[in-house]
Amino acid sequence: MSIEVSLAHSFGAFALDARFSILQPGVTALFGPSGAGKTSIINAIAGTFRPEQGRIVINGRTVFDSARSLWLSPRERRTGYVFQDARLFPHMSVHDNLLFGWRRARNRTEVGEIERIVALLGIEHLQERMPRALSGGEKSRVALGRALLSSPDILLLDEPLAALDAARRQEILPYLEKLRDEARLPMLYVSHALDEVARLAHHIVILKDGRVARQGSVFDVLSDIELPAFAGSPPLGAVIETKIGARRGDRLTALDFDGGTLLVQELNRPQGTALRVRIRAEEIMLALEEPRTISANNVLLMNVQGVRHDSTTHADVQLLCGKTRLVASITRASLERLKLVPGKPVFAIIKSVTVDTQMTPQFD
Amino acid sequence: MSEILTPAESEALFLSLRVSAVAVFAALPFAFAAALLLARTQFFGKTLVDGLIHVPLVLPPVAIGFLLLTIFGTRAGLGAWLLAHFGIRFVFSWTGAALASAIITFPFQVRAIRLALEGADKGLNEAAETLGAGWWDRLVNITLPLAFPGIVAGVITAFAASLGEFGAIITFVANIPGQTRTLPLAIYTALQAPGGEAEAARLSVLAILLALIFMTLAEMASRRARQTA
Repeated sequence: MSIEVSLAHSFGAFALDARFSILQPGVTALFGPSGAGKTSIINAIAGTFRPEQGRIVINGRTVFDSARSLWLSPRERRTGYVFQDARLFPHMSVHDNLLFGWRRARNRTEVGEIERIVALLGIEHLQERMPRALSGGEKSRVALGRALLSSPDILLLDEPLAALDAARRQEILPYLEKLRDEARLPMLYVSHALDEVARLAHHIVILKDGRVARQGSVFDVLSDIELPAFAGSPPLGAVIETKIGARRGDRLTALDFDGGTLLVQELNRPQGTALRVRIRAEEIMLALEEPRTISANNVLLMNVQGVRHDSTTHADVQLLCGKTRLVASITRASLERLKLVPGKPVFAIIKSVTVDTQMTPQFD
Repeated sequence: MSEILTPAESEALFLSLRVSAVAVFAALPFAFAAALLLARTQFFGKTLVDGLIHVPLVLPPVAIGFLLLTIFGTRAGLGAWLLAHFGIRFVFSWTGAALASAIITFPFQVRAIRLALEGADKGLNEAAETLGAGWWDRLVNITLPLAFPGIVAGVITAFAASLGEFGAIITFVANIPGQTRTLPLAIYTALQAPGGEAEAARLSVLAILLALIFMTLAEMASRRARQTA
């Protein structure tokens, strides 16, 4: 499971010159503001846009190589493309839409797989309907199913939630999570919404003005104090992968992570469940001595790794807790009072209620 | 019908319908191919081809009839060759009337089909391609069904326009009762005879009714085409 992309194309005033490779399976987010070149890249991978120069290799199969004048048509590429506007065929029923790619696939799956995917997406009851009789969320799910059933080598998702309102997004996100966890398919997910990226992606490629500004694990990149320099100014905050710990008697749930345990408001999930949480930089308080009597449930000893203070009013402090990286935003005044420098141990104080366990889109 | 129309009148009416139907359906595959060419491809000289297809709209129909007569006249050229080898003769025959009507109404069909093809979402074609559909597959299963209402509108409009053709027919295939005397030619004939105004008026009312019926149908079809687009 791998994909290598390197492309260059000039659109007059705007030049695309992007290079990245994804060697791991899982979800890779292609993140950046509108006009950064995200859709052009995904179109080049799908074969609907031919860049002037470059090379694209999907799972060891070269689909584009300008040096060899090699260009496979979209139908030969085996990519499952979920378009932002769903693009369901208006003259076909949901059932015929779903099977459009399946019927044409060379390596078509068994019939049982159709039922499994249809059930996974919760669209069993829509089969006989025509696309115009579907809600926006239902259209997205059908488009997702149609792409999956064409037996692709890679799934390309071009802002599949952008056309939906917040409530519909919340309806689709769980399906995308299930897909990520159950379908062993690499996914390239184009998005300019950080909450979707934080919730879904394993890896992130940040694009800025047609170039790759940064790439890496979501856990490393989103908590990086240097992130604002690469990606406009998205709200800083660490995404942490945790496991639900043993049940407690105090209406709190323990979340174990690589570096300690976080206590959050009680969650009704079984022990051992993997859960991503997000701790925003403004929600972390720092102290040089351990506070003894305090309402916050989490006081974690960490190490200062770096400080970024290009703003006149506040500073971002990079923290390391075990192997987990976090980030805290404090005022310049606090920074000077605490004399925080790399290597200095600090206590991070995190209120349980501020740990985002739902990953609802509150920042965009 | 026989109580309302005289035998000569119904003969002219049914001949008109037959000539127009044959003209429109025989031209349809060519019109579709031309529309596809103009809507989906870029090539050198496209503007010239586009212009040529639309020439019959502005050329005097009499000139077209005369051109056809020189090409398909049985004494020489293509007309003589067709007659000698296949026994096909266009001059003085209803098939010639259909040929003339087909040429004159060709631009109507091409225009309507081209608009329908251009209106058929390119994004859906792209989607079909990523799902493994080849060129023919996409044409048959995506483009054609989406363009269908537009094609119907084009066919009906061309049919209605064909019912009114006069100049090209009378020049190319003359005015033979039962063979080439369509409704407009019958009106003209009535006017040539002394005291034929009443007959001409009856035939004109018939022509107006036909025009109204088919233009209404064409309007309904193009409204449907806009809704589906």
